[in-house]
Amino acid sequence: MIRDITIGQYYPVASPVHRLDPRTKILLTFIYIISLFFIDFFIGYGFVVVALYAAINVTRVPIKFMLKGLRGIVFILLFTVVLNIFFTPGGRVLFSWNFITVTEGGVKIALMMGARLILLIIGSSILTLTTSPIELTDGIESLLNPFRRIGVPAHEIAMMMSISLRFIPILLEETDKIMKAQMARGADFETGNIVRRAKAMIPIMVPLFISAFRRAEELAMAMEARCYRGGVGRTRMNSLQYKRRDCYAFIIGTLFMIVCFIL
Amino acid sequence: MAIKISGLTHIYNPGTPFQKTALEDIHLEVADGEFVGIIGHTGSGKSTLIQMFNGLLRPTSGEVYIKGKNIHEKGINKNEIRQQVGLVFQYPEYQLFEMTVYDDVAFGPKNLGLSKEEIDERVRYALEAVGLDKKYYEKSPFELSGGQKRRVAIAGVLAMKPDILILDEPTAGLDPKGRTSLFNQLKQMHEELKLTIVLISHSMEDMAKYAEKLIVLYKGKIAYQGTTREVFKEGRKLEAIGLAMPQIRYIMEELKARGMNIGTEVLTVEEAADLIKNYLRNAGGVK
Ligand SMILES: Nc1ncnc2c1ncn2[C@@H]1O[C@H](COP(=O)(O)OP(=O)(O)OP(=O)(O)O)[C@@H](O)[C@H]1O
Ligand SMILES: [Mg+2]
Repeated sequence: MIRDITIGQYYPVASPVHRLDPRTKILLTFIYIISLFFIDFFIGYGFVVVALYAAINVTRVPIKFMLKGLRGIVFILLFTVVLNIFFTPGGRVLFSWNFITVTEGGVKIALMMGARLILLIIGSSILTLTTSPIELTDGIESLLNPFRRIGVPAHEIAMMMSISLRFIPILLEETDKIMKAQMARGADFETGNIVRRAKAMIPIMVPLFISAFRRAEELAMAMEARCYRGGVGRTRMNSLQYKRRDCYAFIIGTLFMIVCFIL
Repeated sequence: MAIKISGLTHIYNPGTPFQKTALEDIHLEVADGEFVGIIGHTGSGKSTLIQMFNGLLRPTSGEVYIKGKNIHEKGINKNEIRQQVGLVFQYPEYQLFEMTVYDDVAFGPKNLGLSKEEIDERVRYALEAVGLDKKYYEKSPFELSGGQKRRVAIAGVLAMKPDILILDEPTAGLDPKGRTSLFNQLKQMHEELKLTIVLISHSMEDMAKYAEKLIVLYKGKIAYQGTTREVFKEGRKLEAIGLAMPQIRYIMEELKARGMNIGTEVLTVEEAADLIKNYLRNAGGVK
């Protein structure tokens, strides 16, 4: 049940996208997100969908698996769409009842925001699904390195990110275990009104917090025991290197952005 | 029949690259009032198997019957099953959450919707059964030592008054005294209350001493199954699947190899002592 959450998960298969340099993928994702916000009519989105579809095919990650990630944001999605439908003025009035008015402009913006969110989530999940957490943080560290001169702690940021990413599945697993243990004692998380359900969370949250703190402490201790002392003077076993395929990827990405701007 | 499992297979994360067959074509029966041990190397599927017993996991295929009822049939009340089958997880002390030991043990009975008096009676019964001193009842469970926490967590399941009690390595990390007393309490409950007990343990000595029947798992399948004596007769074959015989058997085999004409198929130290005494008496060594 709780394991269905796939945000931030890595999907280990061999594909050209998996082999790309993580920096390439991060930058391309940036380009993708920025382009997404420049498009403001529907043909543009059609083009993005086609490009996205092609990209997903290259990653060899099943589309079903990608769409599963959307389940987690259904609520936010609905909220955004509904809010935009009812509260955006402009255009012809389609429907009006008491204080609620729905305008043409509202519907258009709502649909657009919905499409944007979906494309945003799917597009960026390509990055996390095809890049292992270690590569991802290595990439981020390397990209942030130039900013070190103005005081950005690149290594520390990357290390914190990789630790948090690593903790997501651990905490999910822990939640699953604790839930099962409390269910074995007759706890019921599925029925009752909101207040009851919120109260039913206490037997999960308390042990979960305690275990999160315990794990954090243990990890800090283990890192210190192995003489971790921050980024200064640290070398790496696998250093990142741009290859020819990264070059191709950049060219495709830039073309994509140009097309988006023109559209 | 307390538990019956037929043709059970369980696959974690089916249809993803993380797919893992944890159990494959399991058939087993546990009779009412039996004390059954489950052994197997790490990752052999023991914990997965016991989560089938109270319906926490739904098998990919196959059936689970508790007291003759198929627990995944429509209209079966899962909470009733979970009351009947008490499950103590590996490291149960990490599930404590209440302000006091007493309240934590009362969590289960409260979920059963019992009266206040009944809850009180059960909490006291359970805490006494695990041998926790009265002075701890109003303390926070987080102030206790690891072993004491373990007792509180086990009491939390005992307070549900299950007919079948399942424990996943309950003595891991306990001191020798704590182990013995916990096992003796289990044995006592088993004998006095006719409680059916299923126990996972990595200690062959404990298994030889307490279990009547053994189920041996290897890579998600049942490798051997039978009375404890029968299973340990497999002897060194157990070593091939990451297990061992009780240590005392190695001593007996060594004695035999050194020329003592003596039986080696013993389970406990007491049995071995008797055999050796007998041998020496017959050989005229002991008056
Ligand atoms: N929630 C889960 N999701 C995916 N795979 C799992 C999960 N739980 C267990 N597994 C896998 O199933 C197999 C059996 O695990 P299980 O926990 O049942 O082993 P075990 O016999 O209890 O081992 P141990 O003696 O270490 O407790 C293992 O290979 C494990 O990696
Ligand atoms: Mg286990």
